[in-house]
Amino acid sequence: MENNNKPVNLGLSAADRELFCEALPVVRKPLQNFIEKFLNWARANSLWILGFGTGCGAIELRPLMTSRYDMYRYGIAPRPTPRQSSVFIIGGYASVKTLKRIVRSYEQMQNPKFVIALGSCTINGGMYWDSYNTINRIDAYIPVDIYIAGCMPRPEAIIAGFGKLKELILAGKGEGANKYADNFEWYKANQRKIIKDWNMPDYNW
Amino acid sequence: MLEIINRTKEKFRLTDLKKQRSDLVFFAVPRKEAVKIITYLRDLENFTHLVLITAVDYPELNRFQLTYLLHNYNNAVSIGIKIMIPRNKAEMDSIHHLWAQAATYQRELREMFGINFPGSPGIEENFALEGWDDIPPMRRDFDTKAYSEKTFFPREGRISYDPREYMKVKLYPEDKEE
Repeated sequence: MENNNKPVNLGLSAADRELFCEALPVVRKPLQNFIEKFLNWARANSLWILGFGTGCGAIELRPLMTSRYDMYRYGIAPRPTPRQSSVFIIGGYASVKTLKRIVRSYEQMQNPKFVIALGSCTINGGMYWDSYNTINRIDAYIPVDIYIAGCMPRPEAIIAGFGKLKELILAGKGEGANKYADNFEWYKANQRKIIKDWNMPDYNW
Repeated sequence: MLEIINRTKEKFRLTDLKKQRSDLVFFAVPRKEAVKIITYLRDLENFTHLVLITAVDYPELNRFQLTYLLHNYNNAVSIGIKIMIPRNKAEMDSIHHLWAQAATYQRELREMFGINFPGSPGIEENFALEGWDDIPPMRRDFDTKAYSEKTFFPREGRISYDPREYMKVKLYPEDKEE
């Protein structure tokens, strides 16, 4: 993709700049046929989550893995790396320091990717609404598909959220990655507004 | 506990002595003697555990109060040492040579209160706030709500209705039109 001779990855040192790709994300239009439907069915039934507990909500993901709630029966499994996972769960509050890692992890995930935001902190800041270091709403920085309200939501609620996400994907509405690529400038401007030391690439593959 | 305090009193100038519990005593010491007293307590009185270093901001006095909490495992007693330092020249001697982990507390204090500890390892590095460019957030003149509203994107609150009026409109829409 052309980047209109704009200088990119300026936050990195000259030596590091060569290590990272300068291409920005592109919108991938979904196929309007049965193949896309099949792909969506496959995506909906293998939701692999990124094992990155960003806040206190991550504690609710542990019982999901145990035999009592057993998320594996829905095809949900945790993965250790963003490159293998398709669902990013924002577990509650995110400080500015964490948000930097969230952005990097989110960008490293392969398309199509979905975001589930747990708890009231991701919606409006929750009990940290006036904190100097906790963001108020996550959807200003990365696109969110499903919000699960609660402080914290119970594992049942999270399973219900996964059910809703499945419906979204089957209906072809899980277009977070395209939304991110489409409004890339806006998302980056919001991220740069609060991440003051931008010593990371502008976009991570 | 009393013996320890008495022995320390003989050697150093302790003020503001306050017995919080039978096993916890606080006293204030001048800034210049603080490291000496802490070293004495650690090496000769067996206060081998640095529990915490914390600070309190008193803008009305134009002071920071630093508190060092030390613990003695032999007698199971604790001592809190309070030091007042001026707010405009917030600087304190580092004690990282006594306890290596003190450097972490000092990094945190520098970031959260802007208290400098010259010579402490990694004191210039970011601790939790990466690239912070405002006044240190734990100072009391820092307005955290104003900063949050300016920096983040607050979501508008929900609309609330008077239940009586709301249900009247909802249940009897005809009445409203009249």
